[in-house]
Amino acid sequence: MSVTEEKLKAPSEPLFSKKNKRLIIDPLSENNPITIQVLGICSALAITVQVEQAFWMSVAVIFVMIFGNLVVSLLRNLIPSRVRIIVQLVIVASLVIIVDEMLKAFVPDVSEKLSVFVGLIITNCIIMGRFEAFAMANKPFPSILDAIGNAIGYAWILLVVALVREVLGSGKIWGASIFGSNIPDENGNLSGLYELGYVNNNMMILPPMALIVVGIIIWIQRSMNKGLVEEN
Amino acid sequence: MESTLDIFVKAIFTENMIFAYFLGMCSYLAVSKTVKTGVGLGLAVVFVLVVTVPMNYLLENYVLKEGALFWLNPEYGLSGSNTIDLSFLSFIMFIAVVASIVQLVEMLVEKFAPALYGALGIFLPLIAVNCSILGGALFMQDRQYSTILDATSFALGSGIGWFIAIVSLAAIREKIRYSNVPPALRGLGITFIVTGLMGMAFMSFMGVEYGKKKEGKVDTAVEGAVKTSQIINVKLEN
Repeated sequence: MSVTEEKLKAPSEPLFSKKNKRLIIDPLSENNPITIQVLGICSALAITVQVEQAFWMSVAVIFVMIFGNLVVSLLRNLIPSRVRIIVQLVIVASLVIIVDEMLKAFVPDVSEKLSVFVGLIITNCIIMGRFEAFAMANKPFPSILDAIGNAIGYAWILLVVALVREVLGSGKIWGASIFGSNIPDENGNLSGLYELGYVNNNMMILPPMALIVVGIIIWIQRSMNKGLVEEN
Repeated sequence: MESTLDIFVKAIFTENMIFAYFLGMCSYLAVSKTVKTGVGLGLAVVFVLVVTVPMNYLLENYVLKEGALFWLNPEYGLSGSNTIDLSFLSFIMFIAVVASIVQLVEMLVEKFAPALYGALGIFLPLIAVNCSILGGALFMQDRQYSTILDATSFALGSGIGWFIAIVSLAAIREKIRYSNVPPALRGLGITFIVTGLMGMAFMSFMGVEYGKKKEGKVDTAVEGAVKTSQIINVKLEN
């Protein structure tokens, strides 16, 4: 690292103190929103058939989370606690409308495939959960870090599940075939692995497999970290 | 055109909220530890869906949809010169309706049916943020049901489907307590896998055709499987 870069980094040190770092790193694995806190599964599983959908969904959630946490944190002393759920819902709903209109404008085909699941970000429990548990009680900057951590914790699980399902289910990554083509050419020949008799596992595309893939991720994660094992 | 009954049966089995769309998963996994709480939450979901979906249907068709404001002034209608399209507001309107109706229902139930309130009370506030309720409204909007009766039967069917799913999962989880599950899978992990397996069982309803005459039986199990995979492929292409 050059000297100038170090100089630039120095004043930001206190911003990324140990405590703030934990806010980002914790939700990635030890306190992951999906596998440990069991939040936000509703919309997470339905759109993991293809990596592309999962990616745009993650982007949408990251955007809504960061700005939602920021706004709630700024307003935290003004929101009466009796109506806080409705206020929070209105904030999320407005952000989701922005995201939905953006997706419709820039990636219309993805927006079509995500259909109602963009709208369902509103009731995504991760977002409401972080508002309640963190943003209502903390300053804006830590709230943003917390939002980034949790949203990325959500996103990586989503992308891993989508990757497994797309590779095994349709032999593609982001719509590009990786095992050759399973559609016969004009001579009726297949190419790549399909020539040798490889067949896509259509089961992976179906909804139940998303649950089982997440179950296996949880299994692996908890076998590696015994502290997370539940008592039944 | 599908009949009202078709929509109802389809919503329970083929398009089950949990197994086909994963809606309301959070509370489904969190509240399914015993059958009793499962039944309570399940009933509350049925109840709230049946109340909110028709409300949102009216809102959608008389306020939000493109040209829906024709009753205010013919000019605002589809063929009018100043067509109004408020559909971008639908998320915020739907969630506002759901949140306020849940609040209202909670107060009414507490006042007029204390016994029911005892059973459902703690679950009602949870439901405002249950994805299946907002999901019901959004699917209703997406599928453009032609009458309010169809929308209501869809709501009732989805609610019952959700109820069946949560009660059966709760029953399985009560039994699983006596089994020797690998330590790392205990709790959440095995619940996911069990739900996945239940989802596979529900997939067998996928080949069922609604609202059509039978054109000749499918002879063997293999043909049935091929047909199902074709249906799935068509769905994916869409």
